[in-house]
Amino acid sequence: MYGRKVKLRLVFISLILVTLILSVYLIIKSLEENVVYFQSPTEIKALGEINNKKIRVGGMVKKNSILVESKDIKFVITDFKNEIIVIYSGAVPNLFSEGKGVVAEGFLNDRKLLLATKILAKHDENYMPPEVKEALEGK
Amino acid sequence: MFKYFEPNKIFLITSKAPKYVLLLFIIILSIGLTEALILSPEDYKQSHSVRIMYVHVPSAWIALGTFSAITFLSIIGYIFKLRNIFLISKSLAPSGLVFSIIALVTGSIWGKPTWGTWWAWDARITSMLILVLFYIMYLVAWRIYENSDKAFKITLFITILGIINVPIIKYSVDWWNTLHQPASISILSKSSSIHVSMLFPLLIMTAAFALFSLLIFLMKYNTELIKIKNKGLDRL
Repeated sequence: MYGRKVKLRLVFISLILVTLILSVYLIIKSLEENVVYFQSPTEIKALGEINNKKIRVGGMVKKNSILVESKDIKFVITDFKNEIIVIYSGAVPNLFSEGKGVVAEGFLNDRKLLLATKILAKHDENYMPPEVKEALEGK
Repeated sequence: MFKYFEPNKIFLITSKAPKYVLLLFIIILSIGLTEALILSPEDYKQSHSVRIMYVHVPSAWIALGTFSAITFLSIIGYIFKLRNIFLISKSLAPSGLVFSIIALVTGSIWGKPTWGTWWAWDARITSMLILVLFYIMYLVAWRIYENSDKAFKITLFITILGIINVPIIKYSVDWWNTLHQPASISILSKSSSIHVSMLFPLLIMTAAFALFSLLIFLMKYNTELIKIKNKGLDRL
């Protein structure tokens, strides 16, 4: 139906696309650890050695774990398998609260303790009016 | 099939349609803004900053959709050697660029009160920034090479490189740990974690932005056709 040239161009474009997709896949695969924004407490536990590099740990703020001592705030990040204690001094974002997502940036003291220099609240994908939230919790 | 792409017929549409599209856009946008800013409820957690979502999410959708359309059309144009199709994709790009920048800026404004930072180099945000750069590259290439055969090839190459980034943007939140939350709406499983009262204004705003894109596209394409007309239509 179409000429030989048209078919050739189709093959040409397909080849370029496949090649590029594969190369990008390989590049991203090899850069995996730099692509992730934070690591979970489980990944921290499996860490080979602890160095002085800045690191980000993410997970949920454990229920009833927030402790405020004068300027410092102490809480536990959990991924429901492992936990890590975070100590931070400064203001936390408004959405920072127990049972919600959080990302803490800072330096590892050991595999169980992070001295944070920055706290970011993570938002989840749920959006609803307060009445609906109350109704859901009332169930 | 391609006889419908006769420039004369198209020109008739592109010169008359914009005013109707503009009218429709103003109506839909008024409804959308009323819904989004006044009638829709506040969020249980982020309260009023949820309203930024009604601009942020539609912009991001349209930015991604437009880039996919540009790539698809460029490939079709290249395979079947249709210059007209290249001009259509060229005319789509400006509104795509604008919406990708709006998505980044509104995301940043939302991020400050919610996350506690204006910017984070996480996979979603960085790949979106790359999309903005691809849009700029694409438009600059057209500026440099004007409507020559070279422009067709170079812009085709840019879109093919850039299209790989599109699924990365979409799935970055599922593939890696990102600060950005995962998608709330899934077309495949027809599920949404956005409450209906918030989903409605979101969809209206998407329709409004799509109409705006269409409007800018028609106006831009019309100018392209006028440019060709001045040189002689048979060149198309």
